[in-house]
Parts: sequence; structure tokens; C-alpha cells
Amino acid sequence: MSEIVLSVKNLTTHFFTRAGVVKAVDGVSFDLARGEIMGLVGESGSGKTVTGFSLLGLVDAPGRIVEGSVKLNGTELTTMSDAALRSRRGREISMIFQDPIATLNPMLTIGQQMKLAIDAHERVSNRAAKARATQLLTQVGIPSAAARLRAYPHEFSGGMRQRVAIAIALLHRPAVIVADEPTTALDVSIQAQILFQMRDLARETGTAMIWISHDLAVVSSLASKLAVMYAGRIVEQGPTATLLRDPRHPYTAGLIASLPAMAKPGTPLTQIRGTTPSLLSLPPGCAFAPRCDRATDRCRTEPQITVQDSRGWRCFHPVGQNTEVCP
Amino acid sequence: MSGFINIDNVSQIFGPNLTTGEKIAAKLGARVETRSVRAVSDVTLSIRKGETLGLVGESGCGKSTLGRVIAGILPPTTGAVTIDDAPVMENGTKVTTRVQTVFQDPFASLDPRMKVGNTVAEGPIAHALTTKSEARSYVASWFERVGLDPVWVERYPHQFSGGQRQRIAIARALAMQPDVLICDEPVASLDVSIQAQIINLLLELTRDLALTSVFISHDLSVVQHVSDRVAVMYLGRIVELGPVAQVFGEPAHPYTAALFGSVPKLVLDADELVHFDTIEGEVPSPLSPPSGCYYHPRCPLATQTCGTTQPITQQISDLRAVACHYFEKQLAEGVSD
Repeated sequence: MSEIVLSVKNLTTHFFTRAGVVKAVDGVSFDLARGEIMGLVGESGSGKTVTGFSLLGLVDAPGRIVEGSVKLNGTELTTMSDAALRSRRGREISMIFQDPIATLNPMLTIGQQMKLAIDAHERVSNRAAKARATQLLTQVGIPSAAARLRAYPHEFSGGMRQRVAIAIALLHRPAVIVADEPTTALDVSIQAQILFQMRDLARETGTAMIWISHDLAVVSSLASKLAVMYAGRIVEQGPTATLLRDPRHPYTAGLIASLPAMAKPGTPLTQIRGTTPSLLSLPPGCAFAPRCDRATDRCRTEPQITVQDSRGWRCFHPVGQNTEVCP
Repeated sequence: MSGFINIDNVSQIFGPNLTTGEKIAAKLGARVETRSVRAVSDVTLSIRKGETLGLVGESGCGKSTLGRVIAGILPPTTGAVTIDDAPVMENGTKVTTRVQTVFQDPFASLDPRMKVGNTVAEGPIAHALTTKSEARSYVASWFERVGLDPVWVERYPHQFSGGQRQRIAIARALAMQPDVLICDEPVASLDVSIQAQIINLLLELTRDLALTSVFISHDLSVVQHVSDRVAVMYLGRIVELGPVAQVFGEPAHPYTAALFGSVPKLVLDADELVHFDTIEGEVPSPLSPPSGCYYHPRCPLATQTCGTTQPITQQISDLRAVACHYFEKQLAEGVSD
């Protein structure tokens, strides 16, 4: 068993709004090993981004972590003071956001921003900071990195800006990086370049990654394990290939079946009926039941997680469990 | 030209709208942006009746601009578009209702202060497709057609989810009884589980109403699913055009091949990590495109000719065309063998 760097147990984040309590993250648990990439998949409002924010203690009022534990290298983060958390954020765990235009300061050069990020946790000379920044920019694929340190964010393209954001996240060689849809805003050819590099970086540096995405195809080519979220819960998790080839939860199965790549061109796609429920008024029991063809009365009570080998699912009527699985 | 929709030598150039002061400043050597962007560059294309043409390419390749020119939203700088031999635009104004558009973002494309029923009824009433007194039942019938409850005509856009709003946008376009439907990234802003619903609806409606359509998307798997033919654009030019199965199966242009290669595919059969075929570099700025073939700085097959001369679009068959020097050479060698 490889070394576990991040252990999340029963993480529960609620938002206390005037309209009621929004259960954005509701009992999420997973472990992440060194150098491992986990894909966190879900639709908008499924709680995948709030899960990422909760890990770094970035949830603002009216939201708060009401229960659960996040252990990074054995240290509990949820009970930590803001100051203590701040000293770890960026150094031991860091985040890459979806929109690189919003993450970079337009008034500072890339070099200045990278120096600030280094200074936050270490005292280094300007020369050493510059050398480290140059090295990382080169590593993420920015040509003539030393010269580019003097450039401002607007002088970079979208893809290059995201590379800068990735380089900043890597500055302190954190144990864990949470990447929230970092390639969604980018073109496919640029996305492919970045995915390819991230995979290599995780392997070389031993940094573990949580890759949040709505795109099954993106995570399937990147992550070694997957967690599928629906309405604040992880409904299924397991090794990527196993989970995609042989899904257990009807929602996972529905998502895979609805992909155009799964159907003959021109024929109707398999669709999941209905719409995603509002987190304010979730149906009792399994939140997916109203959209599920396999649902019965039993689904009005909350299904517990069934664990089998290295995978788990939250469903009373899992798909394909009675059929023989070929070795 | 014999298509149902004929796009004849269309170019769309966006230039800076300089004020007199800026023009003088530019003359005096101040740094004023005077360059223009050729968003669409000499595109000639014909679409057959009942066909669905997919337009693909990366952002900034001009696919949406071309869609807007066909839809009669943008007057092209040069060239013209005709539908059934009738012009779409005259003197910069749209003169037909036969082409309608479904836009990407149903949150932006519906008036938040108008009841959705009125939004859908507005066009048909103005163009006498229905009367004010019959509008309600007319709209209700279109609501049913797109899978919405007809009693919802009294509601406002904020009361609907993204998928439902896109259905309303589709109803609005179809209530004009068009022959041509332009779909500009109609599922890009929707949730994954909703995308299939909308794609199915569009497939069903284009078939039942015998619509000719242009489907614009950056998502190649969606385009592959819905289109009969596909046009691949790069920096405003169409680099390859052909039947979906042929273009996806045997891409002729190096850019097409590379673009398809860089799309992440669902990995089902291997625990091994897949290899990406990435394209080197980035799309050049359309303000100063490279000489010759626009793709040559990124193309592994580029020769000197590619850097100097723009490749001519070669018609391979009735439905297929490619603009590439390398392919031309291969074709010539194949013939001489």
C-alpha cells in the first residue's frame, strides 16, 4: 500500500442561506496516495467544487464545514486556526482554478507574482526565486521562461496563463494539488498539451492531484481513480477503467451511456430523464431516485456505501452486479 | 453552385472603429491598433437540402462568425449567402425568415423580463405566421413539440433550468417555421446529463421538420454524432470538408488529424494510461496570421512551399475538399503511379 497523503472522512459542508440549509457536500470520504491522480466528476451543483474548497479551508460564510475530517500527511486541517492553515496552503496543498484570468493579478508581472508566492512561505534571495520560477515555467512548457517573467498576464494566451497558474501551484512542491476544471476554458489542442504535462508532473514530483471535471473523457485519460458526485454525495468511486467499463451506480452508467461516442452517429442518445435536483429540496433517501429507472420504494431510505474490492457505490439496485465479470 | 444554401466567397473582416482623433494619432505615429482581423476568409461552401453540416475548430477559428453570416445576423464584408437562390441579406439587412438560430447560452438569449410565451410569439406575430388572438395556442403547440408543458408559457426565464431554457430557445427558432436552423454550440453550456436530451430533441426535430442545419461546436464527438458532413476551420479558412465518416475516419489535412488526435477519449479497455497526440504551439494571433498555409508553423509536414503559398482548396469528390500542399502532392504522386 502506497503512502496516503490526504485522507478525507465524512466531509460535510453546508451553506446556511435564508432559503434554507444547502447541503453542498454531504458525507464525502476518500483517500489519496502519493503521486496519485483522482478524478472528481459531477455536474454543476453536485458539490465537486465545494469539496475542493473545503479541503483547503476556503469555504466562506454562509458556508461552513459542519462535520468530518481532512487529514493532510496525518495533520487534521478542519480544526486548524486560520493562521496555521494559511501557512500550509500553497506549501503543502494548493489549488488551480478554472479561470486563469481571474487568478492572476493583472497589475503584477508573472515574475513578481511568483516571487510573492515563494515569499509567503520561504525566505529566498531574488536570484534564487528567479531561478526557481524560471525552472518551473520551463517545466510547464512556457518557452523562453526567463524573459517571460517580465511579462504581464495580459501578454499571455489563455493556455499560457493556465500554465503560469500551474507553475505557481507547483512552486513549493505541495503534497496535494486540487485542480478545479483547469482545462475547461481552453481549446482542445491546448488541453491535450496540459493534461499530458500534468500527468508527467505528478509522476515526476510525486504530487497527488484531485482533478475536478464534468468531462468523463478528460479524467478517464488522466486519473487512476474516479469519484462520481451527485447532489453533494459521492455515489460511486473506484479505479478509473473498472468504473467506466463496468459502472455500478445507475447515474454513472447513465452518464457514460449518454456520451455521443457511445452511440451510432445519428441515432438517439441514451438520456437521463429529468433535471438535477435543487440542493435546497433534495428528495428523501437516494437523491437520484426520481430520475432512476431502477428505483423502488426502498430508495426512499438512504443507501449506504457497498464496498467491493477497491471500489464502492451507494445504491440498493446496482447495475450489472449479477452478471459475471470477466477477469 | 447547386446547393440549397450557397455560401459564395464570404469574408468577414473586423477592423477597429477608429475615431477621427485616433486616425490622426495613428498617422502621427501613436500606437493605435489599426490592424483588422479576418475572422472568415474566402469561404465558399454549399449545403444540400436536408443536410446537417457540422462546423468545428478551436476558439477564434471563425466558426461562430460564419454561422452568424449564414444566419443573416452579420452582413459579410464580401461575398453573399443565398438560401434556395434567395439572398439572406440585402444592403446589410436580413430579408428572410427562413433561417433561424439557437444560441449557446440560454441564460443570455432569453429576455429575463418577458414571459417566455411572449418571447416565442413575438416573431411569428410580426411576420404574420399567427395572429395575436391565436398566438397562445400557436406557442403552446410549439412548447409541446419541444417537450415543455404548454401551461409554462406564462412563466419567466428564471423559473426554468438550463435545459428547459434551451428548449424554449429551440421553440422560438422553430416557431418562425424556418427551413434552415443554425445551432451555435447549443449544448456547450448544459450539464452532461441534459446534453443528451437536447441533442436527441434536435435530431428528432431536424428529421421530422426536414430542416437543413448548421451545427457549430467545439465538441467533436457531438458534431460527429449529429452531422452528415463536417467542415474543419482554422484561422478563418476551411481546411477540410467532407462526409463525417470520411473526415473522422481518414482525415486528409494534418490539422484535422492532429485536432482529432488531441481530443481526450473515454478510456475503457485499458488500465494503461493513454498517450495524447498533442499539437505543438498555439493558434497564431488572427491579427497577424502567418504567410502561406496558416497551419504551417505548427505542422510537422510543412515544407517551404507551405510557408509562402496559400494552398488551393482541392475538390477530391463531390462532397469532399481539402486545402493542403502535402495532400496535393500525395494526390499527384498517386495519380502518376
